[in-house]
Amino acid sequence: MSSIADPVAGTPRSDAKAVSAAPAITLPVAGERELRLDLFRGMALWLIFIDHLPANILTWFTIRNYGFSDATEIFIFISGYTAAFVYGRAMLEAGFVVATARILRRVWQIYVAHVFLFTIFLAEISYVATRFENPLYSEEMGIMDFLKQPDVTIVQALLLRFRPVNMDVLPLYIVLMLFLPIILWLMKWRADIALALSVLLYALTWHFDWYLTAYPSGFWIFNPFCWQLLFVFGAWCALGGAARMSRILSSPVTMWICVAYLSAAFFVTLTWHIPQLSFLMPKRIEQWMYPITKTDLDVLRFAHFLALAALTVRFLPKNWSGLKSPWLRPLILCGQHSLEIFCLGIFLAFAGHFVLAEVSGGAFTHAMVSLAGILIMWGVAWVISWYKHSADKGASKTKIAGGNADMAGGSA
Amino acid sequence: MRPGAGAVLVLTLFVGLAAAGFARAQDAAPQTCEVPSHLLSTESTLPKVAEAVKNARPLTVLVVGSRSSTILSSENSAYPAKLQAALKEKLPSTPINLSIELQTGKTAEEVDANLVKLVEAKRPTLVIWQTGTVDAMRSVDPDDFRGAVEEGVAALQNAGSDVVLVNLQYSPRTETMISAPPYLDNMRVVAQQHNVPLFDRFAIMRHWNDAGDFDLFSTFHGTDMAKRVHACLGRALSKFVLDAARLDQAQQN
Repeated sequence: MSSIADPVAGTPRSDAKAVSAAPAITLPVAGERELRLDLFRGMALWLIFIDHLPANILTWFTIRNYGFSDATEIFIFISGYTAAFVYGRAMLEAGFVVATARILRRVWQIYVAHVFLFTIFLAEISYVATRFENPLYSEEMGIMDFLKQPDVTIVQALLLRFRPVNMDVLPLYIVLMLFLPIILWLMKWRADIALALSVLLYALTWHFDWYLTAYPSGFWIFNPFCWQLLFVFGAWCALGGAARMSRILSSPVTMWICVAYLSAAFFVTLTWHIPQLSFLMPKRIEQWMYPITKTDLDVLRFAHFLALAALTVRFLPKNWSGLKSPWLRPLILCGQHSLEIFCLGIFLAFAGHFVLAEVSGGAFTHAMVSLAGILIMWGVAWVISWYKHSADKGASKTKIAGGNADMAGGSA
Repeated sequence: MRPGAGAVLVLTLFVGLAAAGFARAQDAAPQTCEVPSHLLSTESTLPKVAEAVKNARPLTVLVVGSRSSTILSSENSAYPAKLQAALKEKLPSTPINLSIELQTGKTAEEVDANLVKLVEAKRPTLVIWQTGTVDAMRSVDPDDFRGAVEEGVAALQNAGSDVVLVNLQYSPRTETMISAPPYLDNMRVVAQQHNVPLFDRFAIMRHWNDAGDFDLFSTFHGTDMAKRVHACLGRALSKFVLDAARLDQAQQN
């Protein structure tokens, strides 16, 4: 029962109530499950998986090719949103200490998941290091040197300072969740001040260039001091901010600003893919704009995410019937079990690299590996969902009053 | 809820796309290591090279790079030597002096310290600076990396040389371990801001891999594939240099 997916899945505590009329999510309302969150988180998980594999035809479906922001922004925002939603309620109902304890349990789960993935990674690269001897890449293979001192490397990995490529999101998530009790406590007191402090931290980080160091050298790929902004903003939206912004969001002016910004961003990304177009870009703007850093969550990226989110909220109403359609079911299922599916996605990306390296196929194999990965993610999400659903049925007899069971994630 | 229907749709969609990709890959099958023209053309120019060639002065080229600028124990097959050969062939009336300074295991910042000395000793018309790999492997802060490349480029330009930047290799086997994109992006930025031609080795090699010219994933190859890749790189780099110096038309006349 102490399921991993429960808290992050952002399930309201009572499916039975089904208050579909709730305008936007404010803390006390136990509404119907917000399927849009599941949908887009599922989408983010698929996109992160595809982006972690070598470029192939499916890569063209990932949003990073069409604008500044990518799936990571969606994932972190929705994580902030759902975490605040679930634990914010816990904090109101059970108090600060209990909520903090539950959050820490969650952090522990994510940490264990990270260490598990690291073990798999170690196995993979140890294999590559012993088998791969292409003189073309003799320099690049020097990256394996850390295998010569596993004592240091493994301890550094446990301290989250040594992170292989593609394993940066979970450490970020762990740090953000660690600070969630404080964030929620501040939000409960004055939500706007919490958000303002978050913006301040973001600005100060940019100004003073704060960062966390990594091992053996370098820094955290996702700077938590900057990325907290998205997480806190998500939390702020979940705790009533979204409702208060609804007037701004529904104004046509906002819509046109968003459309204009997204088009401009699309054009800029177009010049990356079609260098022949780059003469159209004014040098001035280029010099001002580049580089658009992902490490520090560039303002342009954040704005791009905001614009996408604003349009999504506008054109995809909460009660859109498509959310119940079987076509979107795979995405929603994956989004409802995000930690498991996220970890699975990282694992599958490693496995995919491995398969591609061994099979040495062309574009077709590449696309097939991506597709197979997505089908596996879907399948596993379905199994987890089925498992929880049946477990719930068994448990509900003994535990009616508690209502604290895992919400299987609305697999009606 | 009928997940079956969804599955069928998703499957059909993806299979269709994959088939399209497959068909495209088949078209590009011939192994000629051709490079799409946009990867070999640049807006930036090499005035000093153009001037030297037009005045029939010798062209002194200095390649500064890390270990991926050579092939261990067969240096004459590495891309700098191939570049020299190709330039000689295309500019028969110009003497080409090419030398290589390997800065093994050094980051851009560490190379900076030696650049001025090297340039003062050799007075090259053109410096080809291959960098980024060591920085990516040590995950140097991309901002620091950009600063170091900027500084190096400025020093070379002040010393009176034209500069061509060469970025990282496309190395799919180590993609899960070395994060190339920040370094590629920052080199592109420096190239843009300082009007320096950037030879996009990464994109070119990836193109060859995608088009089927080379299987860069492959585990067991002796030096044979490395030699063929370097030969192709050297030839592409010679075209790129001539294009940037705007000498290609002159040669055809």
